[in-house]
Amino acid sequence: MDFKNRDIISINDFSKEELLYVLRVVKQLEQKPKGNILRGKVLAALFFEPSTRTRLSFTSSMEQLGGEVIGFANAESSSTQKGESLWDTIKMTDRYADIIVIRHPLEGSARLSAEAASIPVINAGDGSNQHPTQTLLDMYTIQKTKGKLDNLHVGFVGDLKYGRTVHSLAIALSNFNPTFYFIAPDALQMPENYLDELYQKKIKYYKTTDLNRFSKELDVLYVTRIQKERFPDALEYEKFKDVYRIDEKFLQNVKKELRIMHPLPRVSEIDKSVDSTPHAAYFEQAANGIPVRKALLALALGRIK
Amino acid sequence: MARKKGRQGKKEKIRAKKIDPTKPKPEVKHELNISAIEEGTVIDHIPTDATFKVADILNLDKHNGVVSIATNLHSKRIGSKGIVKVAGKSLTHDEVNKIAIVAPDATVNIIKNFNVKEKIKVKTPDILENVIRCSNPVCITNSEQVNTKFYVV
Repeated sequence: MDFKNRDIISINDFSKEELLYVLRVVKQLEQKPKGNILRGKVLAALFFEPSTRTRLSFTSSMEQLGGEVIGFANAESSSTQKGESLWDTIKMTDRYADIIVIRHPLEGSARLSAEAASIPVINAGDGSNQHPTQTLLDMYTIQKTKGKLDNLHVGFVGDLKYGRTVHSLAIALSNFNPTFYFIAPDALQMPENYLDELYQKKIKYYKTTDLNRFSKELDVLYVTRIQKERFPDALEYEKFKDVYRIDEKFLQNVKKELRIMHPLPRVSEIDKSVDSTPHAAYFEQAANGIPVRKALLALALGRIK
Repeated sequence: MARKKGRQGKKEKIRAKKIDPTKPKPEVKHELNISAIEEGTVIDHIPTDATFKVADILNLDKHNGVVSIATNLHSKRIGSKGIVKVAGKSLTHDEVNKIAIVAPDATVNIIKNFNVKEKIKVKTPDILENVIRCSNPVCITNSEQVNTKFYVV
């Protein structure tokens, strides 16, 4: 399987075999780290929107593999402020680097960048659309903590309407015969187009507003923040911000092996007391960003085959 | 009253024709006439409300030849239809397929020497490029000067 020069824009571009292949490479890289395989390569990290984990883990991954990083951490410090189009920014970056990682608030921006660039482009989040590297690290975390990907009962709670990590993970896991539980207020439920896709793939799913209704069924609970920045209306945000809370009381009624995940940052949706329980998998999940992003950079740059 | 000089220089009075209000008005025939074209393309059986959209999709406002557009014509097949005739331009299959989204049952005839040289059936393409505007306000295509691209599923 050759990933050299391949753009990583959407999880939908990956077949089941490709997903498993990438996860195998991640595992190998984690077990037997390779040093300096990206020496002489330059990563352009173009972050038009704030990010902590994604930007830092890409930077760290590139540097740990001997490569260098250029770029910016917000749109204010780029020529976008002067009115430069994204197309032009990418056309220019194309000549300065060997690979581009982009985060941008507008949907479709990563796909457009991939069309503009001759070097590979990795999508690090385009609005509420896609965030494929997060999905791969989520899958890797599930595989690592549960020992498998097949036949799992996976709950998603929080902002399922705007949460791109939820959309991508649900679609990626749909290759592995899961049962899904979508727990959200009606106004923030999973969008119909994703539910249609799951229905067509004959995936069993339940929708509920009650966090406790299926708590005993779950193998994995994927918690998301109610994202203030995605709400057009501040009042709407206030209405929903504290609607679900994972705490010790909730954990009294779950399977012993339940793993709780969260793409982070969290606000108040997971109580700190959960951190010290064996259920908490979210910090390990964040740590998995490094081997996953290392693998993707090395694959796209053709240094691992 | 206007006067003008007659052939022999005499002044001639021009009288308005008197109309007898008791008699029925003479019947005047109005005919819609879109003339046949010698060379070009005729797009028929367009749903009448999509007619101008077809012209728009095909960028006919920039075409230099004669473009005739008729709407609200009677059609046995679809009730009310539109026709677009484009003189001096033979549409390609790709161009024809662009209109599939608004006029899937249109018939397209390529005309040479007043005769139908080729009939093209409209076929929905796999990708619609720069035909539809994205309705998502936070889509990049609404803020950058780029073509939209839709995959038909």
